[in-house]
Amino acid sequence: MSSGLFKLSFRHGIHPDEHKDQTAHRPFERMPFADRLILPLRQHTGAPCEPVVGVGAEVRRGQVLATPGGFVSTTLHSPVTGRVTALAARRHPNGQMVPSMEIDTDAYSSQRLPPASSIDWRALTLDGFIEEVQRAGLVGLGGAAFPTHVKYKLPDGRRCERLVVNGCECEPYLTSDHRTMVERPEAVVRGAEIVATMLGAKETVIGVELNKLDAIETLRRVVGEGPTRVIGLNVKYPQGAEKMLIKSIFDLEVPAGKLPIDVGIVVNNVASMAAVADYFDRGQPLIERGVTVAGPGVDRPSNLIVPVGTSVRDVLRHCGLNHETRQVIMGGPMMGMPLASLDVPILKGTSGILAFTDEVVDHTAEYACLKCGRCLEACSNLLNPARLARLARAGRWNELEMNYVMDCMECGACTYACPSGVPVVHLIRAAKTSIRKRKAKGE
Amino acid sequence: MTQPEPHLLLRAAPFLRRGLTTPGLMTEVILALVPVILAAVYFFGVSALLVLTATTLGAVATEWLLSPVRPRGVALRDGSAILTGLILGLCLPPGLALWMAFLGGVVAIGLGKLAFGGLGQNLFNPALVGRAFLQAAFPTALTTWVPEGTITEVLSVRSGTFAAPFMQSSVDAVSTATPLGVMKFENVATPVADLLLGNSAGSLGETCGVVIIVCGVFMAWRRLFDWRIPVAILASVAAFSAVVWVFDPQASPSPAFMLGSGGLLFGAVYMATDPVTSPIAPRGVWIFGIGVGALVVLIRLWGGLPEGVMYAILLMNAATPLIDRISQPRGFGRGRAAA
Repeated sequence: MSSGLFKLSFRHGIHPDEHKDQTAHRPFERMPFADRLILPLRQHTGAPCEPVVGVGAEVRRGQVLATPGGFVSTTLHSPVTGRVTALAARRHPNGQMVPSMEIDTDAYSSQRLPPASSIDWRALTLDGFIEEVQRAGLVGLGGAAFPTHVKYKLPDGRRCERLVVNGCECEPYLTSDHRTMVERPEAVVRGAEIVATMLGAKETVIGVELNKLDAIETLRRVVGEGPTRVIGLNVKYPQGAEKMLIKSIFDLEVPAGKLPIDVGIVVNNVASMAAVADYFDRGQPLIERGVTVAGPGVDRPSNLIVPVGTSVRDVLRHCGLNHETRQVIMGGPMMGMPLASLDVPILKGTSGILAFTDEVVDHTAEYACLKCGRCLEACSNLLNPARLARLARAGRWNELEMNYVMDCMECGACTYACPSGVPVVHLIRAAKTSIRKRKAKGE
Repeated sequence: MTQPEPHLLLRAAPFLRRGLTTPGLMTEVILALVPVILAAVYFFGVSALLVLTATTLGAVATEWLLSPVRPRGVALRDGSAILTGLILGLCLPPGLALWMAFLGGVVAIGLGKLAFGGLGQNLFNPALVGRAFLQAAFPTALTTWVPEGTITEVLSVRSGTFAAPFMQSSVDAVSTATPLGVMKFENVATPVADLLLGNSAGSLGETCGVVIIVCGVFMAWRRLFDWRIPVAILASVAAFSAVVWVFDPQASPSPAFMLGSGGLLFGAVYMATDPVTSPIAPRGVWIFGIGVGALVVLIRLWGGLPEGVMYAILLMNAATPLIDRISQPRGFGRGRAAA
């Protein structure tokens, strides 16, 4: 209630059914090591990594397999002790064949991480810290998989005043961030403390939606009287979008085309914070992550700690895949990726695997757009999706840009809200791709 | 352990939908019309039903006949033709010849909607296009009003209903004037209570204000239309007519009379709110509503016709693309609010 009084929210947005009860109370279990892992060299936004071990190499769990191919790139570690069996094109969840490393797990290994000492981060400079984070292979665990260290490289003249830790998890079905906050609040707060100290942020705010009261309570207990605040936010999609979260917490609009750092804010996901703590305290790089496996097509909905590279087929076999499954989604149901094959790996950015049966699969027929305005009321980016969709159909690129089509973050709220079943966000997505291509070719 | 190999459906995100559908919304609007239809039957007898049937048949038949040939029924599935037919019928006089009503339905869909490219493409409210056509083609019939009746006369068919096409029917029987006509030509105001309760002459659906208001509140609550449109129209009619009334209370009608009389309530609730032909963004909607209100007052007080709701809405329909252009949402992080 209190947050209602202070209007901690952003304009527009939608309220889809949450469907989180299936897994919200299920503690993380460890997924057994699979026999074979596939590790695409590009699991993050940016340049692919460059392999430093060859086919046939024996690798230990946590050993570096590939180093960053640029600044906007990160390190890849082996999630298991085993042997590199191939360095070749393998199927990526997005459908493309991409250069990947294949590792066969050593069935006789204890799979214990080699002991590593904690890193004295307080002795590091900011640049040294950034290097370490890149060495840890960290990417944003919320779904976009943007290399974490890039966010810490402050542009000239910018300072980080505030660190926002994103615990919204506004996508329906997903509960892995929720479980991380409940089960590992110390790690979340510790990671936030490390990052805030290194960036020189004066204030740290952990934003959690009010449908996760236990997480808020646990975090508040850990934070205590410290400088970090835990704030409950009214539940609304897409609150987990950086700019919406900033608007909700600080009532501040990040200007279009700018980044949060331009208003002195860095936003990180809660699981990413826990991963930072794991690396600096225990020396564990990003080799596994929390994944919610849910949906009516799954017999035993679970939250799993899955080694990166485990195939979706293995994960679904572990949780029991139902015969009625018609659709498998990687990520959340609003912005996730549809899978054409189960033989694709869990990536660093995979927050969930959802199996949908016919009763949930969307069968909406398409009717003509009535200009009813429901998409407008759904669009938290304050655009006119109906107009953009119409212009996109007609291929009127200039007008699309004049109507700020490039501001669209493709959250899908417009399509969700449309009674006519118009694939609004799909049209916008296609138009943005076309515009980018034309730009790259022409001007 | 065997694992099922699902035949996976490949579709892009989002994978969830709110579950509202266009036919569902149309059905709700049609349901919200039922009380108005019942009131029409109560006051104007079975003639009301006959007129409504004729317009709806005309609309649906035209939609079926002129829609793309492949699966013919598809265009009908959204239910919009039925809705157009009913709304057209409700804004016609009770004693209208059925063939005229049928023709009105044909023109509403054929010229008002399909000629523009079908649902969602039309510039003008189809029902009003049908009515404007009838008003131009049969001015006498469209301004011949039978008096309202009571429940005892439900089964009596009003004169003129079964007139043969293009024959000069002798409309000699009882005819009367609408409150707006009386006001315009005799400067006598009908009591507002009569206007709200339906004790006055007029088109089928427009006479009983109370029923329309109740249905309007229901539709606003169900969010079937943008509540701003009727609110803006009624507020601007009240405001503009109040200004005139304050200066000349003798010769001009009171704001209450303006609000309750003629097709204003029906038009504001059921016709101006057509999403296709009204602006999409809130700011545009306010401009649209205020424009309709201003035009209604202008036509009623200084125009040659006693009623102006139809032309006011049609004119603002024509202005809608322009209004849409200047009332776009600003974009997050743009304009004044940008940090």
